[in-house]
Formats: sequence, structure tokens, C-alpha cells
Amino acid sequence: MTVADLKYGQKGIIKDFTEHILPIKLLELGCLPGNSVELLQIAPLNDPIYINLSGSHLAIRRSLAKLIELEIIEETQAK
Amino acid sequence: MSKNINVALIGNPNTGKTSVFNQLTGLKQKVGNYPGITVEKKEGICKLPRGVKAHILDLPGTYSLNTTSLDESLVVELLLNKNDKDYPDVAVVISDVENLKRNLLLFTQIKDLKIPTILVINMADRMDRKGISLDVEAMEKKLDTKIALVSTRKNTGIDRIKELIADYKSISSKPILDTSRISPEYFERLKSTFPQEDLYKLWLVITQDVNFMPIEKKRIQDATDFSTKSKDELKKLQHKETVLRYQLINNILKETYKVDFMAAKGLRASLDKILTHKVFGYLIFFAILLLIFQAIFEWSSYPMDFIDENFAMAAEWIKNTLPPGVFTDLLAEGIVAGIGGIVIFIPQIAFLFLFISLLEESGYMSRVVFLMDRLMRPFGLSGKSVVPLISGNACAIPAIMATRTIENWKERLITILVTPFTTCSARLPVYLILIALVIPEGSILGLSYQALTLMLLYLIGFGMALLSAMVLNKILKIKSRSVFMIEMPTYRLPLLKNVGYTVIEKTKSFVLGAGKIILAISIVLWFLGSNGYSDDFQNAESIVAERIESEGLSTYSKNYVQNNIDAYRSNAEAEGMAAGAIQDSIQVLREELSERAVAQEIASYKLEHSYIGQAGKAFEPLVKPLGYDWKIGIAVLTSFAAREVFVGTLATIYSVGSDEEETIQNRMAAELDEDGEPLFNLASGISLMLFYAFAMQCMSTLAIVKRETNSWKWPMIQLGFMSVFAYIIALMAYQILS
Repeated sequence: MTVADLKYGQKGIIKDFTEHILPIKLLELGCLPGNSVELLQIAPLNDPIYINLSGSHLAIRRSLAKLIELEIIEETQAK
Repeated sequence: MSKNINVALIGNPNTGKTSVFNQLTGLKQKVGNYPGITVEKKEGICKLPRGVKAHILDLPGTYSLNTTSLDESLVVELLLNKNDKDYPDVAVVISDVENLKRNLLLFTQIKDLKIPTILVINMADRMDRKGISLDVEAMEKKLDTKIALVSTRKNTGIDRIKELIADYKSISSKPILDTSRISPEYFERLKSTFPQEDLYKLWLVITQDVNFMPIEKKRIQDATDFSTKSKDELKKLQHKETVLRYQLINNILKETYKVDFMAAKGLRASLDKILTHKVFGYLIFFAILLLIFQAIFEWSSYPMDFIDENFAMAAEWIKNTLPPGVFTDLLAEGIVAGIGGIVIFIPQIAFLFLFISLLEESGYMSRVVFLMDRLMRPFGLSGKSVVPLISGNACAIPAIMATRTIENWKERLITILVTPFTTCSARLPVYLILIALVIPEGSILGLSYQALTLMLLYLIGFGMALLSAMVLNKILKIKSRSVFMIEMPTYRLPLLKNVGYTVIEKTKSFVLGAGKIILAISIVLWFLGSNGYSDDFQNAESIVAERIESEGLSTYSKNYVQNNIDAYRSNAEAEGMAAGAIQDSIQVLREELSERAVAQEIASYKLEHSYIGQAGKAFEPLVKPLGYDWKIGIAVLTSFAAREVFVGTLATIYSVGSDEEETIQNRMAAELDEDGEPLFNLASGISLMLFYAFAMQCMSTLAIVKRETNSWKWPMIQLGFMSVFAYIIALMAYQILS
């Protein structure tokens, strides 16, 4: 499960990552193990996605989102 | 007088850093460039309590001291160089109360450089609405600093910043994180090799990605008994540093910063639902674009007409008032005409920057980037290319500077290379005058042909930008690792003060920048057009007089006289003048007109044999196949410096030596080619417009591209390709249409 697999309203917690493939910028913006990620919007044509990364509101492309592994913690009821 | 206190404003993007800067300095600010690069350098003076003054430097926004762009590396470069004249006595870190955790990352890094650091927590007015509560005192203790709680919107807390700055000597400069924890082994080795140095500074120098301080870096590499680590290992340690810092920050915030999510209400979610909606999102964006174009072309035409008239009047006034002579001619024909050509752009440029800064300040621009990213990617562009491509419709120079936010070098390079195809405002006067001359009036489906032509030219420019981007995307083999990421800031009502400053600043720098070139060219042209070395030029009066005696007036002059007389006659008849009286006054008029025609023929003969005429004649064979004569050729040639020079050049060429105040358009309409047909016809007009649509005629753009790409290779390729392409298209257009 990665950030790219999130559905609307789903929230997850970032898993520990041992590989250091993520750009440092992403870490600085709060992409650290244990922090939460929530999907807010998906752009037309399915890419990029707009997430709330433990308080930072960011848009990233799917290719990057696929690198961030997480565990689902919260399912808000489907609308 | 004691020395001013050096203050550096540092902060993440979107924290209101510039608002704080504006509040501190008011209008006592100046915007320049850092030497050698085009990053804007904003500085100002701030009066502090007890008669002290501070020199405030507004540094580019950055998320951390791990830099990935030129703008960011400036921040690090300054903070590491104690000898820099701007090296801060005190650093002021601006943070946003909603994103405090992330903002503190940068704060802890700066503090570890042992610079006295003040923390400004901005947007305090939003705390209640967001359910945030702060224990400022406890936080000051934990962070070992002084805090100012500020709202630039409500104008509170600014005095507290000033007091803290004035009292900077009492602010702690102790580091907050034991940086050797990043890698005890590595830092130990650093310490034994460089016992005199500050280890965290060395660490920053070693890990910077950007071409940063090459000398310092080399010195470290050259220290023979020091083996550094591989790039990957260093990156791992950088990750570790970030994690360590966040641990520290989390511990501090746990006790001092509370958010009651139940109390938080946000506009963001509901606005985002609409503004980034699959259908409405685009509709709103295009509606805004339409509004911008409407403003640039419709609303700004009123002030533009006003400016135009006043400059024509000023020129006439100078001619009538000052004693005739070389100086008066230069003033009226060269300088005033030249300045008028620049000033007329002010309304358009101001409108464009007004809208762009409104969109950016409100946070909407990030949503546009989000919406457009996927659509732009097939062209090798990024969502962030949209901003430059829109700004390019005003001027390619700020547009190319705006590409700096694009992290991916290939996407950025393509954006830089194709932006000059978008229809910048300098093309507009060329288009407008040619359309008025060669496109017939009349309309289809309620849209006038002239307006349609203009719209078509805009579409051609934009289409060409996309098309060449697609081609470049295929050709260019550049691997770029960096990733697309954009922060979506909270929506905010733009602060009028900030918008106002931006508009004034940008307009001023455009007018002064372009103005210098145009003014210089106008003066040089005027000189070259009114002087000549050949006998033909020196004896123009007698040569023309002889010719008129033997051959009579030229066709052009005969038409000129006849047309004026016809106009007078029909006018007089309509007014009911007696036939005899008409005959008499026409007799007088004819003599006057013939005299004037002779003077004009002398002037045009002189022009033809002036320096500029000679140059134009030499250049003529090249532009002849495109349907231009030597005068247009000269205008095209001089406008290689800047497109808007075209109209100015024709104005100067046609007005040299002429006594009448005629509009440029009427003069152009009266120009005839060798066969006595109007020189500006459909074929040559369209050929000219297409030439201007595609040609890279702007020295300033070339200079900016050189600076932004750091080599002459790209601007030269751009110049070569665009000029050749423009020539071929113009040639085809003329040959097919004529």
C-alpha cells in the first residue's frame, strides 16, 4: 500500500523506510515515518494528487506517491 | 553615527515573509539583483526604538538549508560567509502559525549556525479560527530564543519585532541540536582534520547539491588525510539530520503547541472542491484568463490612447515652441517619440502584474499548477510551466525568471526555450498597426475580422510554444532526478499593500530596462537618418529640384496633392461655399501643397541617401522576397534589439524632416512600392505579422536566457532557430498570398 493507492477520505500512517530514495525536500515537508497522510483531491486525468501530509498541504505526482509506503488507519464512510 | 544592524529575514515560502518585510521597511526599500545572477535582492531600512537603524535583507524563501535551487543556495551562502557585508548580526525566521512544526526545521538549522535568531510567528490572527493555542513563554525557553507573535494582516506585533532586533545582543546564539549526533564518527574525523572550523558549517558545505562554494568544497576534498563519504551515504545522513530535528521539534511542540481540531474551521476544503474540480476547476481558470485578456486589451486601451495623444501633442508643442534646430529635432523626433513608445506599455504591464500577483497572493496559482500538470506533461512541460506561459503574454523576461520554481531541469529548460513564442506585449503594437492597415473592416458572426486576426495570432504563438516544446521533449536527452512538488497554501485575501508594491516594482523595472534600449536606439536612428556622407545626401536639395523640373512631381506627391484638394473641395461644397471662392482657395492650396510635396521629396531623398538609407539598401535584397522595402528592412533590423522598436523606427524614419504631424498609420498607408501599389498590403502585412510572431527579437530575453541557463549555447540556439523559422514562414506566406 502506498500513498498512490489512497482513495478519497482515506488516511494512512507512513511506514518505516530503510531505502533512502525519497527526496530530502519531501522529508522536510513532513514525510517521516509515523506521520499521517490524507488524500484530499485527485487532479483531472488522475494525476497529480493533493494530500495533507501531517499538516502540510502538498500536490505530488503519482510516480513520487508510489514511493511512500503506508498503513491505512482511517476509513471515512464513502460519500 | 553607529553602524546599522544587519538583519536577514528568512523563512519558508508562503509564511508572509514579504508582508513582514513591507511592514518593517515601508517604502524605504530597494530591489536589485545579486551580482551575476537574476535572483532579486530586496533590502530596506527600518527605524528601531532608541534611534537605532536596521538594514533588512529579505532572503528568498526556502524550506531548509539543504538547497536544491539557486535561490535557496543564496541563503546558505550568505549565512556561511562571515565576511559578506550583508552577513546578519541577527536572523529573523518568519513562520506561519499553522505550519509551525515544519517552519521550525529551518529555525533549528539557522540557530545551529550560532547566529542570534529571533522567531516570528506570523498569521496569529488565524489562531482562534484554527483552534490553535500557544504557550509562548515556554516555547521561548525551550527554543532558547525570543518570539514575536505577529499578524501582518491586523498589523500587530511589528513593534515587538523591532524591539527584539534593537536588543539583538541579548539573544542567545547557542546551537539547539547536538549536530555531531548526525554521525558521531564522521563529525569526529571532521574535527580532527579541521580543528579550527565550525563543524556544522563544514557539514553544510559538504552536503550542498547546487554548484555551491566550489572553492570551499575543493579545500575539503583536497585535505589529504580526510576521506569523505559517497553521495548516497551523505544523503542518508541528511535524512537522519531531518529526522533528528523533527524529533527535537516534536518534543518541544508537544508541551507548547495545541490544536483543537474540533474548533478548526477551514475555507480550504470547500474552496478546493470547486476550484480543483474536474469541470468547474477548468471553467473557472479559463474565465479568469478571459478576464485578464479583457483587462489587458480592452480596459488598458483607454489609458493607452490618452498617453498616445499626449505624447503626440508634446512632440508638436516642442516643435512649435522651441527654436528650430538640430536639438529641437532630436528632442521631438528622437527622444519624445522614443519615450512615448515605452510609456504606452505601462497600463498593460501593470494590469498583467496586478492579476498575476493577485492570483499568487490568494493561493490560487498553486491550484492552477495542480490542475494543469497532467495536461502539460505530454509537451515535456510541468504544471509550473503554466505561470511562465501566462506571464509570457506580458513579457518574456519575468516569465523566464518565473521558471525557477520548476525543479526538473529538463522541464525548466523547455519552458525557458518556448516561452518567447507566446505573444508578449511588445508584439502588440506591431500587430495592431499592421492589422489596422491590411485587414479589412467588416465582421463575421458578430466578430470583426481585425479582432479575429489578433486572436489568431495569439493562438499561433501559444500553439507554436506547445509544438516546439513537444519537439524539444523528444530531442533533448537530459536525465533529471528532481521531482514535482508544490505546496498548496491556505487561501488568503491578498493584501493590497503587497499587490501594490509588486505592481509598482515590476512596472518600474520593465520601463527602465526596456526604456534604456528603446531610447538609445531612437537617438541613434534619428542621427543616422538625418546625416549622410555621400554627395547625393549633401546636395539633395539641388538634385531633387532638378528632377522635379525635368520630370515633375512623383506619382506619390501628385496623389498627395490631388487627394488633399479633393477632400477640401467636397468639404467646401458640403458647407455650401460659392464655386468661384472654392476655385480661388484651391489655387492657393495647390501652391502650398506642392511646396510641401517638394519638401517631402527632398526629405525622403535625403533619407534614402543617409547612413541608415545606405544600410537599408544593402539589407534590402534579403527582405525583398518577404515583400518588404528597405525602410521596413531597417525597422526589422533595429527591432532585433526589441520588437516594439519596429513601430518607433518607422515613426522615426517617416517623421525625419517632415513638418506635418501625421499619425504613423496614415504615413504607412501612403507608402507605395515600385509599381505604385500600397506597400503594406495583405500579403506583406501578413508576412510581417508572422515574422514577428516567430522571430526572437529581444536582446533582453536573450540575456536572461543566458543567465538562467548559464551558457550562451541555449540563447544562440533559440535566436538561430526562431529567426530562420520566422524568415521561412514569412517568405512562404508572402509568396503564396501575393
